[in-house]
Amino acid sequence: MGLPVGDVDVLVAGGGNAALAAALTAREAGASVLLLEASPKLWRGGNSQHTRNLRCMHAAPEDVLTDAYSEDEYFDDLLRVTGGRTDEALARLTIRSSAQVRRWMRAHGVRFQPSLGGTLHLARTNAFFLGGGKALVNTYYQAAQRLGVKVHYDAEVEDVEIEDGRFRAAQVRHDGATLRMPARSFVAAAGGFESNREWLREAWGEAADNFLIRGTRFNQGRLLRALLARGAQAIGDPTQCHAVAIDARAPLYDGGIVTRLDCVSLGIVVNREAQRFYDEGEDFWPKRYAIWGRLVAQQPEQLAFSIIDSKALGRFMPPVFEGYRAGSIVELAGTLGLDAGRLRATVERFNAAVQPGRFDHALLDDCATAGLSPAKTHWARELDAPPYFGFPLRPGITFTYLGVKIDEQARVQLASGKIASNLFAAGEIMAGNVLGQGYLAGIGMTIGTVFGRIAGAEAASAALRTAGAR
Amino acid sequence: MNTLNDLIAAARRQAVAGPLADTRAEGARVMGICNSCRYCEGYCAVFPAMERRVEFSGADLDFLANLCHNCGACYYACQYAPPHAFGVNVPRALARLRLQSYERFAWPRGLAGLYRRQGTAIAFALALALALFFALAIALAGPRGFVSAHAGAGSFYAVLPHGLMVAIFGASFLFSLAALAVGAVRCWREINVPGPNAAPASSAATAQATRDALTLRYLDGGGDGCYVQNGLDFAPTSQRRLLHHLLFYGFLLCFAATGVGTIYHYGFGRQAPYGSFSLPTLLGTAGGLGIVAGAAGLLWLRRVRDEALADPAQAPLDRGLLHLLLWTAASGLLLALLRVSPLMPTLLAVHLGFVLAFFLLLPYGKFVHGVYRSLALAKHAREARTPNPVGFADS
Repeated sequence: MGLPVGDVDVLVAGGGNAALAAALTAREAGASVLLLEASPKLWRGGNSQHTRNLRCMHAAPEDVLTDAYSEDEYFDDLLRVTGGRTDEALARLTIRSSAQVRRWMRAHGVRFQPSLGGTLHLARTNAFFLGGGKALVNTYYQAAQRLGVKVHYDAEVEDVEIEDGRFRAAQVRHDGATLRMPARSFVAAAGGFESNREWLREAWGEAADNFLIRGTRFNQGRLLRALLARGAQAIGDPTQCHAVAIDARAPLYDGGIVTRLDCVSLGIVVNREAQRFYDEGEDFWPKRYAIWGRLVAQQPEQLAFSIIDSKALGRFMPPVFEGYRAGSIVELAGTLGLDAGRLRATVERFNAAVQPGRFDHALLDDCATAGLSPAKTHWARELDAPPYFGFPLRPGITFTYLGVKIDEQARVQLASGKIASNLFAAGEIMAGNVLGQGYLAGIGMTIGTVFGRIAGAEAASAALRTAGAR
Repeated sequence: MNTLNDLIAAARRQAVAGPLADTRAEGARVMGICNSCRYCEGYCAVFPAMERRVEFSGADLDFLANLCHNCGACYYACQYAPPHAFGVNVPRALARLRLQSYERFAWPRGLAGLYRRQGTAIAFALALALALFFALAIALAGPRGFVSAHAGAGSFYAVLPHGLMVAIFGASFLFSLAALAVGAVRCWREINVPGPNAAPASSAATAQATRDALTLRYLDGGGDGCYVQNGLDFAPTSQRRLLHHLLFYGFLLCFAATGVGTIYHYGFGRQAPYGSFSLPTLLGTAGGLGIVAGAAGLLWLRRVRDEALADPAQAPLDRGLLHLLLWTAASGLLLALLRVSPLMPTLLAVHLGFVLAFFLLLPYGKFVHGVYRSLALAKHAREARTPNPVGFADS
């Protein structure tokens, strides 16, 4: 099937949450819209299919959100995780819009549910999608069909023509051929580059070969690279990404939520040398999981092992892969391929450093080590109750932060200092404007929805202005 | 890295379905993945019930399988559904477990095989029942009486004596009732095992379960309805729930019509057939129309439904029960319409043949799903009133 090369007001590159929000908004503003999703239909939706909630500001309890979450608190949370690497104007725009955005989502078929079992800590700040992100994506595609947005799968934008600060046409790879597709405006919402191993290697060196990709295999970053090559201003650092430590046995792509491992804070984590390398009990796991991807990435062969004893069983969300089980630490070392003497020494040193305390995993308790480096500052209990369990860990990249710089109308800023008048970006491809580093659960979908809608509205208005002027 | 690579390969095998995967192993595998994900928690009772468990025994799986109403919402929402390597299909995995549970609960066990040979079973039961009533009617009313018009109260019994009908239907109905009761006891013993999820009976739980069963609460996919066509392109609808209501409440009305008729017969000495505007006729007509509309509608939906959601082995079960109900009701309506015509004795024999075949197969066909699902709902309503025994420190 060939692609129709016709009169298109708004061309949207991408097929996830941000692209769909842009397409629906532009269509409702009266523009004709063509959405190009790089993946086949069954894999559509990019990383959005693995998401589950979005972070929302609210002044009072709402349907599925408890208590209140103010703009300032939200912004403070963002400042803390990014270490200040955020554009305050865009961040506050995201946060303020997050208070309104759920009404629009509902009107397009999305439904919400209370925070899931095991995620009570998010009940105040994050609104969960009923059925998760794939249900949301399906809902939006059905809305797109109803509204008359044209959708093409297996259609990847490989290049863009930008002349005098204006988008002219996209080069689209489809069915073995490359087509030139002109449009009055363009929304770049095709995600980051985390599935592109060569690009990851440029940023991370050989370590990148051992990264697992938690989401789609289709985020090859071709559009991002094309935009940067055609003069878009880059934002963010190519080594910055949302990466967590996941089970090393996860599939290379699309392992999603189930490959996470929530027992790190209940035991110790060692590297290939059987050495501990970071405080496993620094803070509650939901506040720390986002730094562990990077921590594991810095270890030899990007591999680590979470080790617990039977006291930890039943205290963390069930993992999808069973842990390797052994009756002794030495046996466990053999199973995990670690040096038995060194692992035993590490565990003995750790056990000897554990101080008496009152264990409570629901609090920042007083169970800590003394005289050990690195220390374990909470939930430190001796590993002494067999059977022991080991879980291999790898860095799992959720998404990358290198992107294109945009303004409050989601217009792409050019390296020349100009603003592109009909070229917009939304979602992961511009998330680096708000997230310079670190991660705040649920903010990816907030950024995607907010800037998807802005980009869609602005793209429609720019296209219709151009169409009217002729 | 050999060790780790070996382990990686083993783990991948653990999470990927093989063609010969045993139904229970597959059920436990799928529930294990779901229990680490939980995105579908808001759709129905299956997922909250799953979250009360860490490992999935055969009893747990039978309970969860019978709790599933097969609305399909979790399949289209699943990030691990095919083509993902995890190949998760909860509706199908649970459907397969359901069929196995029907077979295990069946009494006498020797008849459990009828679930897998439903077409043959129906053909046989129907042929037997039809032959019986035609032979009886012709023998008792005489060949001439069988093809002439009958009129007035008691005209059915001129073809087939009342006592004989009571004897045949009473015996078959009592047998089926006994078989259903044994199945229900077996099911309850299986799913209501002692353990962390044992929970006391309460009138509130019973009321909740009754409401959930009578309203088909969990056929609403968490609010939007049940999927018929594929959920990538189509939204869920309330069609299946409405049609099932028509069918089920139509069935109850027909049952009520029979009950009222029995009271008329024994209490007031009034004999069938009753007048067009009598209570048994009105109830029976409304009920019959409900069954015809419901069964025909569900048969049609089966044809357009996404086959990914179903267990192909159970298609004969669904179609069999729907057809038996449809033709029982249709022949009953026709009989009511043509009760004063030379066709009456023939229609009477046909109708009674269908009713008898339906009664005989009650415990060995799709009908049992209502019994076992109601019990699963009762179990769920009870345990949901107690704290989750698998409480993770939610930090």
